[in-house]
Amino acid sequence: MKHRIAVTVNGKEREAEVEPRLLLVHFLRDNLGLTGTHIGCDTSQCGACTIHLDGKAVKSCTLFAVQAQGHELKTIEGLAAPDGELHPIQQAFWDEHGLQCGYCTPGFIMAAAYLLDQNPSPSEDDIKKGLEGNLCRCTGYVNIIKAVQTASRTMSGAAQAQPAASGA
Amino acid sequence: MAISTMIGAKIHRREDPRLVRGSGRYVDDLSLTNCAYLQVVRSPFAHARITHIDSDAARRAAGVLAVYTAQDFVEVISGAMPVAPAFVAEKKTVPDRRPIAAEETSYQGEPVAVVVAATRYQAADAAQLVSVDYEPLPAVMDLEAAIQEGSPKAHLDLPDNLAWDLTYADDTQRSFSEAEVVVKQRILQQRLVPMAMEPRVIMAEWRQADGNMTLWLSSQNPHFIRLFVGGALGIPESRFRVISPDVGGGFGSKISPYPEDYLVPAAARLLGQPVKWTETRTENIQATTHGRGQVFDVELAGRRDGTMLGMRVTQYLDCGAYVGTFGAFQACACLLPGQGYKFQQIASRTVGVLTNRVPTDPYRGAGRPESTHLCERMVDIFAAEIGVDPVEVRRKNFIQPDEFPYTNNFGLTYDSGNYEGTLNRALELAGYERFRQEQEAARKEGRLLGIGVSTWIEICGFGPSAATAPATGGLALTESSHVRVFPTGSVSVYTGTHSHGQGHETTFAQLVADTLGVPYDSIDIHHGDTAEGPAFGYGTYGSRSLAVGGMSILKAAQKVREKARKIAAHMLEAADEDVIFDQGHFAVKGSPDKRKTFAEVAFAAYGMGLPEDMELGLEAVAYFDPPNFVWPFGAHICAVEVDPATGSVELLKYVAVDDCGTVINPMIVEGQLHGGIAQGIAQALFEEVVYDSEGTLKTGTLLDYSLPTIAEMPKLTLDSTVTPSPTNELGVKGIGEAGTIASSAAVINAICDALSPLGLKHIDMPASPDRLWQQITERQGKGVSSGDGATQPPAPATSGELATGAAGGSTAAEPQHGGTSEAPLPGSEGEGGGLWGTGGEAPPPHEAGPQLGNNQEGNS
Repeated sequence: MKHRIAVTVNGKEREAEVEPRLLLVHFLRDNLGLTGTHIGCDTSQCGACTIHLDGKAVKSCTLFAVQAQGHELKTIEGLAAPDGELHPIQQAFWDEHGLQCGYCTPGFIMAAAYLLDQNPSPSEDDIKKGLEGNLCRCTGYVNIIKAVQTASRTMSGAAQAQPAASGA
Repeated sequence: MAISTMIGAKIHRREDPRLVRGSGRYVDDLSLTNCAYLQVVRSPFAHARITHIDSDAARRAAGVLAVYTAQDFVEVISGAMPVAPAFVAEKKTVPDRRPIAAEETSYQGEPVAVVVAATRYQAADAAQLVSVDYEPLPAVMDLEAAIQEGSPKAHLDLPDNLAWDLTYADDTQRSFSEAEVVVKQRILQQRLVPMAMEPRVIMAEWRQADGNMTLWLSSQNPHFIRLFVGGALGIPESRFRVISPDVGGGFGSKISPYPEDYLVPAAARLLGQPVKWTETRTENIQATTHGRGQVFDVELAGRRDGTMLGMRVTQYLDCGAYVGTFGAFQACACLLPGQGYKFQQIASRTVGVLTNRVPTDPYRGAGRPESTHLCERMVDIFAAEIGVDPVEVRRKNFIQPDEFPYTNNFGLTYDSGNYEGTLNRALELAGYERFRQEQEAARKEGRLLGIGVSTWIEICGFGPSAATAPATGGLALTESSHVRVFPTGSVSVYTGTHSHGQGHETTFAQLVADTLGVPYDSIDIHHGDTAEGPAFGYGTYGSRSLAVGGMSILKAAQKVREKARKIAAHMLEAADEDVIFDQGHFAVKGSPDKRKTFAEVAFAAYGMGLPEDMELGLEAVAYFDPPNFVWPFGAHICAVEVDPATGSVELLKYVAVDDCGTVINPMIVEGQLHGGIAQGIAQALFEEVVYDSEGTLKTGTLLDYSLPTIAEMPKLTLDSTVTPSPTNELGVKGIGEAGTIASSAAVINAICDALSPLGLKHIDMPASPDRLWQQITERQGKGVSSGDGATQPPAPATSGELATGAAGGSTAAEPQHGGTSEAPLPGSEGEGGGLWGTGGEAPPPHEAGPQLGNNQEGNS
């Protein structure tokens, strides 16, 4: 028995018929072809599948696609500006060497985006608390912390220069 | 463009824009029309006889296309999976490994059937319907018991469980008889899961019409997979293409071929449509190779003035149910137990033991973290025994800068080094002397502060063909590359190495930019597709990519440059020898205005009027066979505070000063160190694979296996020295494994230092809060006085007297397998912990061997 769902993904209306048990992450990857959201575990530990649901970071392996009915989703593919310019967090991960194999990176960036939305100037401890639901095996997290700090500075600088654009 | 400065420059990675956008292409991101999905049915038992498989219900399930068991693959997969002789040529008992079990399963997670269905979910559903009848058999889990006569066997038809027993050297007579002190310790290396964040994924497409197979898989060395799997499937390399696109980490676990590497393409062939398999994390922890899983019995002999004279080392290595393709490589720990110190004599012996666990194979460092850990622990135990600062013991015994090249006790030649240089810098950065003062003050307040030093050396850059061909079964580890210059001057480079986080696309482009003098942006680096580039590539592992692969690129680029110079001379109507290459131009000596750009020459190379004896084109292939390994080194220092109330460890400071010779991109080098150090810290404090006595994995998910999060990692202070390698023209060494090699010993040495007032001399890994808390409360409860190891129950294995009694004998060389549990192997006195027990201290009863599989459940 399939269910019809309608969701907004990265600003686009998407409709589909899905099995009730279909995980949201499989819906994004297999049905919509948004393969930037990754799967790194099967117990909701790793956070590689982190996306935004109505602006809030969620692990898309922990939701069914039907639970997203009527909600607004944003994945890593929807983070950069329409003209292709990298989001400041993406830019900061690049600048600070905050990634190596890149597999966990979209999840970290989406989790960091939510963190900075909630707390534009996090302390190092705040960053650690905000990102401890995401696992990375390559970086030792050193440059991920730096990247979030750099993004925080860039974004608050941009916010001051252009108050209308504040709010991550 | 500042051409001459690309080597050594912090260039941001060109891989990153696609990866931060989510535009990377990992295998599971790829799809093919009509692709089916495969699910593996795995044995829930560590050891069992398969009496019957009923797959009728599964075959009838929705969407199911096929269910295959071992007999279905007989005709399409031939032979056993490969086992490289590696460092242990004298194998004794090596069970044949087939990709799928037929009559007997020998580890939990071994494939017994595969289900192929139209969707992932249908395949998973139907796999539940495959009914397998098993007759459980005794599981071989304890190494000590496994090598005793009469032990159950890991496979029913084996003569014994001894995969190998090899003594590299056994003479320590002189050094031990001269010794004033002998210390002795059993040191465990718990099993670890490499845990690349991307699990293994495979997709296969078979084209019946022309007999071509394409395999996409997450691998560190696609060429080797093509060789092994193509051979087993009877498909020539010319028609077998293996593609490893973006790969989400490897750490050694994606080197060897796996059962699924054979089963997925075989299923695609049987079925006549593409097939994909995506490993779950649970499968990854259960069925992807583990690392470490070793026990070392070590004795160190020296003088009271701090001179170290001799060492005896026996390694017991848990091979698992099969000998991993490169599993025996881990025996290299026995060739480097002396590390960067001068020893008169070292005896070493390695014993490989078959058990009913998933096989072990290389994991970041593979044998080298083990050798550093055992040596650095022993140096500290020795220093404590003679009452000398551990730093002074190291200084007294280091190989000195003017003694290179230095040939070690096993005939390996260290190329260059300044070991004391990195140590001195690390001590300065760590504020060692000041910390010692703080520590003294803190101890008076009952606080447990400690500082640990770990100096390391590494053999890497595999490797010279003369050394590696015998170790890999005839196929030498060299490296190949193909540099192609297009008519308009842009450059494509194909390398046989594989990048899965190391940033080769950036580093190698930097190297080529300097060599050819062309803009960095005009160069593209390609890897991971066996249909492109030279005939064979050798992959990435063992910190080899730059020292071997980079050198190959340099050689190919130099060939191109030399040909371009000749073409330029012809164009400039000058003699060959009068034309020089200077920053992307070819100019006539003494007439700098007579010059041609590289792009002009490239265009001419494809035109007309070349010198008479010259072929058209501007491209070259090179294979580089290094004359020696390379030998990076460094010094790490960790400072900790242990909370006596909880046993938790706070990492106060972590300093690393490393030397990997010439650096191409310092940002990438630092990144490699960060990740490596994190993995070593994780081994020291958090991670361990736990099986119960029946062979059931107790740490089968990320809920139970403690991978460190961002909250657990300390700040790192890094610095470096540069001692170029004389082994290659670039002067480079390797850095991919360095952090992991050095860090576990630094952390454990710091913890042991912190707990030394309680009389603790050694702690095994992971030094988890519960384990430390047990040690602290037990020792505090018994009122053990500071520093007097001899009064502690039971007699510590670190006692000089105990070990001196054995001096002159050669415990490391004599077979000790005949003992019973009442007569344990050397070093295992006390607390019937068996080989996986904790030897040198008094472990709490429940701790007697949890992490590595004594007959007790672990403290997961």
